[in-house]
Order: sequence, then C-alpha cells, then structure tokens
Amino acid sequence: MVAYLIRSVVQAALVMLAVAFIAFSMFRYVGDPIASIVGQDATIRDRQELAESLGLNDPFPVQFGRFLANALQGDLGISYRQGRPVVDLLVERLPATIELALLSALFAFLIGLALGVYAALNRHGVFANIVMALSLIGVSLPTFLIGVGLIFLFAVQLRWLPSFGRGETVAFGWWTTGLLTESGLKSLIMPVVTLGFYQLTLIMRLVRAEMLEVLRTDYVKFARARGLSERAINFRHALRNTMVPVVTIAGLQLGSVIAFAIVTETVFNWPGLGALFVKSVEVVDIPVMAAYLMFVGLVFVVVNLVVDLTYFVLDPRLRGTGAVPAR
Amino acid sequence: MTEPVLSVRDLRVEFVTRRGTLKAIDGVSFDIARGEVLGVVGESGAGKSVTGSAVIGLIEPPGRIAGGQILLSGERIDNLPAETMRRVRGKRIGMIFQDPLTSLNPLYTVAEQLIETIRTHTDLTPKQARARAIDLLAEVGIPAPERRIDSYPHEFSGGMRQRVVIALALCAGPELIIADEPTTALDVSVQAQIITLLKKLCRDHGTAVMLVTHDMGVIAETADRVAVMYAGRIAEIGPVREVVSRALHPYASGLMGAIPTLDQDIGRLVQIPGSMPRLTAIPPGCAFNPRCPKVFDRCRVDRPEPIEHRPAHRVACHLYDPAERPAVLEALS
Repeated sequence: MVAYLIRSVVQAALVMLAVAFIAFSMFRYVGDPIASIVGQDATIRDRQELAESLGLNDPFPVQFGRFLANALQGDLGISYRQGRPVVDLLVERLPATIELALLSALFAFLIGLALGVYAALNRHGVFANIVMALSLIGVSLPTFLIGVGLIFLFAVQLRWLPSFGRGETVAFGWWTTGLLTESGLKSLIMPVVTLGFYQLTLIMRLVRAEMLEVLRTDYVKFARARGLSERAINFRHALRNTMVPVVTIAGLQLGSVIAFAIVTETVFNWPGLGALFVKSVEVVDIPVMAAYLMFVGLVFVVVNLVVDLTYFVLDPRLRGTGAVPAR
Repeated sequence: MTEPVLSVRDLRVEFVTRRGTLKAIDGVSFDIARGEVLGVVGESGAGKSVTGSAVIGLIEPPGRIAGGQILLSGERIDNLPAETMRRVRGKRIGMIFQDPLTSLNPLYTVAEQLIETIRTHTDLTPKQARARAIDLLAEVGIPAPERRIDSYPHEFSGGMRQRVVIALALCAGPELIIADEPTTALDVSVQAQIITLLKKLCRDHGTAVMLVTHDMGVIAETADRVAVMYAGRIAEIGPVREVVSRALHPYASGLMGAIPTLDQDIGRLVQIPGSMPRLTAIPPGCAFNPRCPKVFDRCRVDRPEPIEHRPAHRVACHLYDPAERPAVLEALS
C-alpha cells in the first residue's frame, strides 16, 4: 500500500508539473506581458528595462524554474488589472466557491444515492420510473438554463429567494461563510441546486445501474440462500459493492463541480473563483487565468488522490497481501 | 420408516414470458431421507437447478411455482410467506453454489460473513458466534482457522473458498443442503476433497443432501440415490448402483453409456443423437421420443407416468408398462 501511495503522489506531482508548464507558457507567451503592464505610450527603452528587471530575457528553463519556485512559495504573480497579488485574489474568492461546490456535491451525492438505491430496489415501481424519466431531463438540460429557470420561478415570480450574490457573510479569519446567516443560506439554495442537479442525476443513474448489476451477482444470491434479511442484503452487501465505482465517479465529479462552477457563478453573480476567471478573461488578465488553471489542476489531482485512497477503505482486495497468508 | 427430510410432490414451475408460459418443471416428485444424498443429473436446461431453487424458495421472477407441494420434515414450505421462508433458508436448508469464487462477498472477511449468518439464525452473542465460526472452519478442514478467519475471500484458494461456502451453509445446522454443482468450478484434484468433505459432514450431522450436478463420476461416488432429469421431468429415479449399471430409461442408459471408464476398452462411447428440446417446443407424448432408439407409436402421443419397476426404482417410460409387453416385444424384434 505504501508503494501504491508513493506512486500515486509521484504521479500527482508529475501532473502538476505539466499543468504548471502549460500555465507558465500561457503566462509568458500568450500576448506580451510587457505591453499588458506598461501601456502603449512607453518607450522601447522602458520596455527593455522592464523586461530585464522581470527576467524575461533569461533562457526559458531559468524562467520556468523561477516560476515554479515562486508558485511553490505561494507567489503566482501580480494581476495586471488590479495590481494585487494573484494569490490574494484567489484566497478572497475561494470560500464562496468551495462552499458552493461542497454543498452542491453533498446535495448531489446524498440525494442521488438515495434515489438511485430506491430506483434499483423498486425497479418496476411507478415513482422509480417517474424519477428515472425526470433524470433524463437533468442529464440533458444545460446548467445555465436550470439556473435561469429557477431564478425566474423562485426569485422573479414567487420572490422567495434572492436572485444573485451570497447574501450576508460571516468572516472567520480569511474564510467567509454564508452558512450562518439567513440571507446567506437563502442565497445558497438556488446556486447549489443548479450546480448539483446534473451531478445528482448522473450519480443516481450510476448508482441504479451498478446496484442492479450487484443484485444479480452470485454472492447476493448466496446471501439470500443464507437467509439474511432483505435489509442486510440490500444495504450491507449490495450497497457497499455498489460504492466502489460510484465513489470514483462521484469523486471526479466533485473535482469538476469545484473547477467548473463558472457557469453557475456567472448566472447567479456568485463572487467566487469562476466569476473571477470570467472577468479576467474579459480583460486578458493572464496571471489570474494562469493561476486559475493551476488551481483547477490542483483540485483534480488532490481529488484523484483522495479517490485512490478511498478504494483501500472500500475494497480489501487492493490492500495487498499484508493481512494474511504466510504470517 | 421415519418421515423424509424433503418431500417434493408433483412440483411444477413455470416461467411466464412474452412468448407464452414455459414449463421448466412439470410434475416432479421425490423424497430425500435423513442423511441421504440424492444426486440429480441431466443435461443443461433439464430443470435440475430450478428444482433446487424451488425447494429453497429462490425462484426469480418471472418464474413461479405453479403447483405441487414441497414438504420439509412434513411441513409445507412452498406456500410460506416470504419472511417466514427467509428464516427457513440458511437455518433449515443450506445451499452451496457452483462457483466459490463469486459466492462470497469480496468486501467482507470470512469472519464477518460467518458471524452475520450465525447471528441471523441463532441468539448467540458476537463472541459465541465467533467461536462457533472458528469451529465450523476447523470442521470443514481449513488449517489454523483462528488466524484465517479474519482473511478476506480473495486470500483463499478456490477449494478453500468452497470449504468456507460449505461452512456458511452449515452455520445453523440445517436439515437439508442443496448443492448446486459444487465441484464444477474446481480443479479435479480439489473436487474429490470437497465431495469427500461434503459426504462426511452430512453423515456426521445426519443432513440430507440434494446434489445437483452433471458429473456422473461425482454422483457414482457420492449419491445414495440418483434422479435423472430430462426436459423438466424425472425420467428415472433409483438407487445409484442400479441406475448407473442397469439404467432402465433409454435416456438414462444413453447417459450412463456416455461415461468413459478406465478398466474397460470401449471403442466408442455411446452417443445420444440430437439434443434436448427447448422448453418452447417440447414434443407431445414422451419428451424424449424424437431421440429415443426404442420409440414406438404410443410414445408420440401419450406421456409416460413414473412406474415403480423395481422396489424404490421408478422410471417414466412406456417400455416398462406391463400392458405394453406385446408392443414392446414387437418394437424390439
């Protein structure tokens, strides 16, 4: 297991290196950093001095090395437009996105799991079939449409929920949360549902398919023949075996929920990383875009690592021979 | 004579499909006494496994028991409510499946699965259940059971896993064990060990066994009596020696003739022409008539009922109907 862990971490590091390389290439070669900083009326001499002082004339590997060293120390450069360190901007926006994404993932996972199990156990039930049919809509409807539809219904027509922003937030050091105020909670509902809806239907359909598969296996038949209760068979034996593939997909989905909250954040004017990214694209703020790319890469790598480790908890066959034969 | 452990009377099992109702089992009757091993043989699709599933109440929809009775120690169990039947399964009837590699849940240790089963059917505390589980593993011949018990199924070999499966089936001291091709998935060398073990355990505990297989060698070594099934019916049932060496039914004798032996030099094994009919196209009369070498007119219209030809040896064939002597003699001449 230790070997496996080391291999996973090394792989993760390599992926991050590749992501950093792409981010750096973007940083350095998309557009002209000098032009972005100094404006059009600077002299050629000014430009050359700036290029020299920023180290832009150094050979490529030296620049990349410097970029990496800085990134590892948490220095991702300075935003062209806002003139502030990129890291500060990210940290400021991070809590909004993390809160939204985690709640969405939780919402999608719990409800998706419950509905999936229900649909698998009551395969011919009326409600299960209705849920399955509705889930098709969830899989095929674009996120922004769901968001706009929800805003129209609950904010414009019914006036129950706010249509944009986080509401009031409470700060704990650098972290801000909307979970502790009424307006903050209300503001979360629609974005969470919008962001999580697709994942919910996906997880539900996956759980149902996997569970039906598992219910057909020999060990479930054998569990029946042993006289175990339906409850034990369905939840202890079938569900746990269903979880192995489901956790993989759900984990990867968590990554994409955090990384691609962009659309939802735009629709609800949510002050998160996605909105920051969209703005920086509009104004060609390359350092912010590069930093966002690194952040997304990091999220995926970390989530993948965690998913890999979850396998060990769920599936003893992967734990290697440590436990038994020749002890 | 004491009451048989299992008594199946005129059992019929149907599968309702879009193309009509298929009769998978059509009027099967047999008994198994305490400590007796009944071998059930036949080709694939003859209804052996379905009979086993019917007895333990695990026929999956769209299949259903359409008629007849199943009695366990004189008590009807085919019409019990689902929850009551669940308590019979595992406690009074144990079942062993074909493939030990897939019969055990890969995510739980052997201890967890054994203790779970024991505690479902008894009032033992977790500690007592664990002690019993270790005893069971020792009994089925797993070395160092107190250490091995906390292993996962994948840490055992196929033969060892089948021993664990047997231990699971024996957990609550059942009256009857249904073994559905218990050795088919195992190495030949391991097969003999498992069969010997099964036989010994049943002799020790007085457990009746219904041994479903298509391995005649296993039957000849293990069973006390054998039932030969064909197209959902029992063609012949009798003491294993009589059936193996002097089979009455043309199908059964064909089947026995197809067993290769080491001590006799036979040029060619007997071969039965054709194949078993599909359940959708069972011919009228005797289901075997299109393939039967001794077929005569009545076989094509009239379905034979079991006849007690010798004591405890029944055969469903018109050849053995005393009223048919002249016709039979004519057909054979």
